[in-house]
Parts: sequence; structure tokens; C-alpha cells
Amino acid sequence: MRAWLQHHRISLVKTVARLLASPFSTLLNVLAIGVALALPVGAFFLLGNLETMSQHVSVEPQLSVFLSANAAKSDIADIASRIKGSAGVLSARFVSRDDAITELKRVAGMEDVIATLRRNPLPDAFVVTLSTRDSAVADRLEHEFKSLPKVAHVQGDSLWARRLDALLHLGRTAIVLLSIVICVALVAVTFNTIRLQILTQQEEIEVCCLVGATRAYIQRPFLYLGSLLGMLGGCVALAIVLATARILNSDLAQLATLYGADLQLRLPEVSHIVFVFGACTSLGWLGAYWSVSRHLLVFERR
Amino acid sequence: MAIVSFQQVSKRYAGGFEALRAISFSVDPGEMVFITGHSGAGKTTLLKLIAAIERPNQGTVLVGGQNVSAMRSTAIPYLRRKLGLVFQGQKLLYDRSVFDNVMLPLIVTGQPYREATRRARAALDKVGLLDREKANPVTLSGGEQQRLCIARAVVNRPAMLLADEPTASLDAAYASEIMDMFSAFNQVGVTVLLATHDLQMVEKWGARTLTLDHGKVK
Repeated sequence: MRAWLQHHRISLVKTVARLLASPFSTLLNVLAIGVALALPVGAFFLLGNLETMSQHVSVEPQLSVFLSANAAKSDIADIASRIKGSAGVLSARFVSRDDAITELKRVAGMEDVIATLRRNPLPDAFVVTLSTRDSAVADRLEHEFKSLPKVAHVQGDSLWARRLDALLHLGRTAIVLLSIVICVALVAVTFNTIRLQILTQQEEIEVCCLVGATRAYIQRPFLYLGSLLGMLGGCVALAIVLATARILNSDLAQLATLYGADLQLRLPEVSHIVFVFGACTSLGWLGAYWSVSRHLLVFERR
Repeated sequence: MAIVSFQQVSKRYAGGFEALRAISFSVDPGEMVFITGHSGAGKTTLLKLIAAIERPNQGTVLVGGQNVSAMRSTAIPYLRRKLGLVFQGQKLLYDRSVFDNVMLPLIVTGQPYREATRRARAALDKVGLLDREKANPVTLSGGEQQRLCIARAVVNRPAMLLADEPTASLDAAYASEIMDMFSAFNQVGVTVLLATHDLQMVEKWGARTLTLDHGKVK
């Protein structure tokens, strides 16, 4: 156990010493990894911001069903039961014309406008929440409600929200794809770096094998090297993203004062930062492991 | 029980060259054996089979009672820790000091640092290189480099030393110095297998000789 810990300490110290021995190439390597990683990481946080903004908006699929002005109480009850009985409807809320006008009066500046009206121009309405986001269902229901007697107009409220939702979904997919590509690149970069490192240390590896080094002992410094490269790359990526967010935030603040609104890019959460570090380190390790298991075969018994 | 035992061992390299053809012999613990023969007779191959650097095509190689020919690759490092190897091409590491070269086997086997330094110094003392411990191996003469290899081979106190042409590129005085060292290790109980084509030296030391000729024991 003590010997094992000593091995780990020596490997780690050796790895760090090796990185510092060629600071320029280490720096370039880490920068290459970091800049590449900054793309998906940055996009990920930007999307996170957009999503929190869009969460204020209901993306629940809704339909508004407006009744004609001459609809009687019995008609309303009839329509209510028809709507609630339709497949795909989660709930239906009745908004009477009186409720609608009181609600409208609450909106700033509207009271004076409404006061000029001689009578309430608003119709009775149902706000129908659908149980599915499927646009085919929404279209079918819209059609069905339109054909009910005493229904004047049916409007799909949530179309624009659905569009935003679809856009966000598209963005998420694009980021996932981008991340996969960059991850492959990270693995490839560490793979190659470790390969070169193995070549330059061929003699040492050979001697270690002859004096009875286990495979784990020989692999260890290289796995450390790969993990460290990945982690430092992750550091650079996060530094780039945070610096960018700061710069953008000062610009955004200016823009926000002009609009009288509060616009701020939220900085990544700690758990996300930990995740990015973990992912980068694991990917570096993976590239190193793959490289080591391919290139150390040369030293195996023939 | 024999420390090394070959039973009908053959080794053929890719390309068809037959280095060893069905050879059988055994070595007892504490013996000193010269392996002689013309170049290409299979001396190096024989030593490599013992250290599990090569795998035989046929036959059984037993080292310390273990079947090396069928050994799992994870067990090989532990076999090699019981052996001291002095191979051709020396394989000293020139990116570190003489001392660190001797330390390597101790670090690999996980000796505590203090104990390791003590042993490394003792090994360097035995081969007369203690005053050069901080030097880079590049600055050593041929004979000194060979002595450093021996120090590295014995630092883990192996039960058996395998040496492949340890005196090849040395003049007579250096060569006999090196031979003295192997003989001294043999006297304290270490089994020594030494491959050489220098028949004069074999005669001079008069130990048991195993002569190979085109892959067969003569």
C-alpha cells in the first residue's frame, strides 16, 4: 500500500516535471485543447441562459376558443362539455367576457381606453390546455372546436412558444453534436501527445520492463499526463467562457439601461464547472489509455 | 531442484530463422555457467527465453520451478524481479545520474526511499563507482558503463544473473575485472549464466560450459 502510494506520488511528480520541462509545447497543447473546448462549453452556457429566459414563457400548448356574442348559458355549458370530452385536452378554463374586461383593465393604460367604450366588446372564451405538444393534435382540435355551434374563432396561442421551443431543441441538438466532435478531437490530441511522449521515453520504458515494472507502473505517468492535459484544457476553456461572459455582460448592462430592463448573462453554476472539469479529465485519460494500450504492446513478449 | 530447466525448447523467429532447436539442459542453484558458441548460435535467444523476453515455439522453460513458457504476461514482471539482467546494448539512461540509474529497479519494485538509497549506494560501492554517483553515464568509460549495468542488475539482490557478452567491447584488463565481479557474486550464492564467444576467457575461468552450435547443444 505504501509502495503503491509512493508510485503514484512519483508518477505525478514526474508527469508535472515533464510538462514543465517543455513549457512552450505544453502551453500550446493546452491552448489547442482549451480553445476547442471553449466552443461547446460556451454554447452550452449561452443556451442555458436562453432556456431560463424562455422558462418565463409558458410553452404549454394552448388553444383559445372564442364564442360568438349571442351564445347563451346553455350553449356555453354544452361547449364546455364537448371541449372537456375531446381527446388530447388536459383542462379547459372558462373566461367570461366580464372577467376578461376586468383582467384587461388591470393592464396599465388600458382603463382609459376601456372607459371610452360604450359596451364590452369582448366575447366569452375558453382557454384550453392540451395534454400533448403534438402539433397534429392541436390542429385537429382547432378544427373540431371551430365546427362547434356558437364558436366564433379558435386561436392556437402557443404557436410562437412552440417555435421557440423547437429552436431551443435544435440548438441543444447542435451543441450535443458539436460536443461529440470536440470530444473526439480532445481524445485524438491526447492520443497523439501520449504517443510522442512514449516514443521519446522508449528507452526508459524498455529498461523498466526489464527490471520488472508492471504494466500499471509503466502506464501510470502517461495516464496522469493525459488527465492533466485534459484538465488544464478544461481550465483554459472555462477561463475563455468566463472572460467572454464578463465582457458581454458589461455591454449587456449598457443595452439593458437603454431598454429599462435587467439583462444579465448568468455565469455557469459550480456543478456545471465541476462537470466540465470531470469530463475533460476523463476524456484526456481516455485518449492516454487508448494510446498507451496501443503503443506499449511493442514491449510485450514476442 | 534446478533453478533453470529447458526441455526440448525450440525458438523460430518470424522469417524462418531457427535460433534454438529442441535443446534441453538444466542449471543448479549457485552454479556459474558459460554459454558459448559462434555468433548466431542462439546464446542471446537462450537468455531471453529465461527472462521471458521471448516466448519459445516448442518445449518448456522452467525458471525457479515456474513454467515461463506458459506464464501470464501479468506474472512476468515478478519473475524478472528475481533476475539480474546485463544485456548487450547496455540500455543505460543518459537523462539521469549514475545513482538514479541504479535506483530505477528499486523504485519500480516499490522499495521505501531510504532503504533504496542505501542499497543503491551499496551496489555502486561493490562495482567501485560510488565516487561517480552524481556523474552522467555518458561521461563514464566503456568498462565503467558495464560496471554500472552490473550494479543495476544486482541492486535488487537477484537469485540469478544473466549476462550477454558482458566483456565484448572491453580490453583484457577491464574484461577480467568484470569477470572477477561476476565470480564474486557467484561465490555468495548467486547463480550466474554468462553468454560469451571469448573461449580464452572460458578456459581461464574453468566453469561449466554449455556450447551451442546452430541452435543445438554440442
